[in-house]
Amino acid sequence: MEHIIQQGLLVGVLATGVRLATPFLLAALGEMFAQRSGVFNLGIEGIMMMGAFFGFLVTFFTGNPYFGLGSSLIVGFLMGLLMALVSVTLKAEQGISGIGLYMFGWGLSGLLFRLYVGGITSIPGLGPLHLPVLSDIPHIGSILFNHNWIVYLAYLLVPVAWFVLFKTPWGLRVRAVGTTPEAADTLGVSVNAVRYQALIVGGVLAGLAGAYLTIGQANMYADNITAGRGFIAVALVYFGRWNPWGILAGSLLFSMADSFQLWVQVMGITFPYELAVVLPYVTTILALAVSVGRVWTPAALGRPFDRGSRG
Amino acid sequence: MTQAINHLEMAGITKRFPGVLANDDVTIEVQAGEVLALLGENGAGKTTLMNVLYGLYQPDSGEIRINKKPVHITSPRQAIELGIGMVHQHFMLVPTLTVAENVALGLVTSAPVLDLKVVSKKITEISSSYGLAVNPEAYVWQLSVGEQQRVEIVKAIFLGASLLVLDEPTAVLTPQEAAELLNLLKRMAEQGRPIVFISHKLNEVMAVSQRVTVLRDGRVVASVKTEDTSAQELARLMVGREMTPRRREGEARPGRTVLELRNVQAANDKGSLALRGISLEVRASEVLGIAGVSGNGQRELAEAISGLRKVTDGQVFIGEREVTNRTPDKMIASGLGYIPEDRLHVGTISSFAVWENLVLKDHHRRPYARSIFLQNGPIRSATASLVGSYGVKTPTLDTPTGRLSGGNIQRLILAREISRSPSVLLAAYPSRGLDVGATEYVHTKLLEARKTGTGVLLISEDLEEILNLSDRVAVLYEGKIMKTLPVSEANERILGLLMAGVA
Ligand SMILES: Nc1ncnc2c1ncn2[C@@H]1O[C@H](COP(=O)(O)OP(=O)(O)OP(=O)(O)O)[C@@H](O)[C@H]1O
Ligand SMILES: [Mg+2]
Repeated sequence: MEHIIQQGLLVGVLATGVRLATPFLLAALGEMFAQRSGVFNLGIEGIMMMGAFFGFLVTFFTGNPYFGLGSSLIVGFLMGLLMALVSVTLKAEQGISGIGLYMFGWGLSGLLFRLYVGGITSIPGLGPLHLPVLSDIPHIGSILFNHNWIVYLAYLLVPVAWFVLFKTPWGLRVRAVGTTPEAADTLGVSVNAVRYQALIVGGVLAGLAGAYLTIGQANMYADNITAGRGFIAVALVYFGRWNPWGILAGSLLFSMADSFQLWVQVMGITFPYELAVVLPYVTTILALAVSVGRVWTPAALGRPFDRGSRG
Repeated sequence: MTQAINHLEMAGITKRFPGVLANDDVTIEVQAGEVLALLGENGAGKTTLMNVLYGLYQPDSGEIRINKKPVHITSPRQAIELGIGMVHQHFMLVPTLTVAENVALGLVTSAPVLDLKVVSKKITEISSSYGLAVNPEAYVWQLSVGEQQRVEIVKAIFLGASLLVLDEPTAVLTPQEAAELLNLLKRMAEQGRPIVFISHKLNEVMAVSQRVTVLRDGRVVASVKTEDTSAQELARLMVGREMTPRRREGEARPGRTVLELRNVQAANDKGSLALRGISLEVRASEVLGIAGVSGNGQRELAEAISGLRKVTDGQVFIGEREVTNRTPDKMIASGLGYIPEDRLHVGTISSFAVWENLVLKDHHRRPYARSIFLQNGPIRSATASLVGSYGVKTPTLDTPTGRLSGGNIQRLILAREISRSPSVLLAAYPSRGLDVGATEYVHTKLLEARKTGTGVLLISEDLEEILNLSDRVAVLYEGKIMKTLPVSEANERILGLLMAGVA
């Protein structure tokens, strides 16, 4: 009996963990492209909120989660474009403009929610995708193959992002303008255009991450539904050393710890609630601290490009 | 290759920066098969003119004509498409990418996937047909400056350059590498390329070019055939007066020991031993020259003395005090002055104003500061007089230091370091990249410091500089001092042998 409960708990923790990693993966992979190109976008949290809200709102009015999803992507695109305008074209201090973007997303989504919706309302969401054979494998099936398609997409994006970054001409340009923009410039690469593109990719993925929270997971919207996940995603980019596989490892570590503490609470195991909640954060900080070695960062991160200035 | 460039003309180019007229109605001309040398003091406007050609800057007026047809070059992309290739004064390579990736960055492709194999293969072809050894798979950060330079040339040829511009390509090369490069340029010109070559070394200009255009303060002061001129005349045209090499005067009257190293060991960036037991002594009022091909521990030596690199064994003394592995500010407080090799990144903070860099080492002391406040009045007047007496060419005291030309940044560092009257002055390659006038000036200042009792440790590759300034010469080879000898017993041949490791 005890054995079965333990086994059930393990499957539960793993299955939830696999799912919880989704928004982190999406947002952090997007942020990775932005930072690789030299722009530090701290506004990811704000984009996720807007994506979450518009995904919810459009689904609420149309009853079709795919319309909701589409609008989240559009909102993410526009927010990425806004960040690019402010930090690339107008060369604003990136940390500040990111916080500005966050406040904007937070304020606007909260306001619109109170104006047009008001209370907790549930919406139709995306159900799990049943995969023939795979979903029916005992244990493994419920851990890995019983999720909706955004989850699969997020994991699929890990190798795709790796391939794009390291094997395509666009990825090469992104890496170059984030390290030595002056050199890229002399080769006819438009530094600012590449940074715009990378920020927009980051925005769209953050919008999708937000949509996953409302349409893919909760099937409703609540104030501050993103709960700091966008900021965690930024930290995961550092944790993952600007590499998709590192980001995958970081996302899983965090989400597994999170899932574990959720299950501990659900099972009613006596454990101080406050301690449980901080567990994932502490785990991530510890892992970040012990993974020593020389940390490489994109050399031009945070530095707007200006052709006339030397050195 | 795009259409070959047989004739290039830049006519009446004017380019203004805030407070500076960098190019004033400049006209140059170069033809296929010919090397045009561009000469001029630091800040004369050579790099600016070439950046205009490469589409990095837009001229305020003037016209560029290729094969007699006017062209409008508004971006580097367009310059590349027109067949212009450029090796920039500060290399334009991405250190974290491989050689092949650096080259591929300049290709316009619609292919969704990178094909680095094809790129590598073509790099290998170019490198064997021009005798430019490069490994396409190597990361740029692993390469020596000489290798990086070859990569820059290969990159330009790969991207279809017909005309090649090289902005002070020999400044960072060892004498052997420089000789190889000059041979290559001659061969490439013979194959029918036009080449623009910028250098401060007049013997190189005399050896490689067919024509010389001299700039001074942004204007063309002469355009002559190389065969009709001489190094002396070019120097006079550049600076506007006769030049005489500076030499130390009077017998050395060395005083007490101001710097001593006892059996110092230190590792390089890759972790292997770069200094293998260095012992030396510098006395007050003398110049000790450290001769040697760079890469034999010079950088590590300078950094170990200035507190920037960990000494793993042995001791360093400044005056009586042991300062081994002290922080740089302790070294400064003990009386060390430092003219570093990398002036743009180590010697100054390039985004800081000229006045800020000038008081950087003393900003917290009287009269520049009182309690926690900077004293603007004293700072302004002191820095203005330094700028005046050291001849730093800058539009204002508030100009960001990174905007100055290389020679003027060097003057600024000299002004700061020498005016503090240090007891030891460590000068690493103090005249690298400087024009003849500025070099003469630096030498004068170093000798003045010697006269007033400073002990100078001069690290240089230039044997003429070493022999003219030093009282004693030590030769550094593979992290060891081969020999220390009084300058009266040294000459170029003896030093050359010692530098090659032949005792
Ligand atoms: N981007 C810039 N902004 C402002 N001033 C500039 C800029 N680039 C160059 N200048 C100024 O223009 C003048 C010419 O500089 P340039 O770099 O062309 O000199 P140079 O002949 O190449 O000198 P060097 O031999 O030291 O390399 C200098 O006074 C310099 O301070
Ligand atoms: Mg120059």
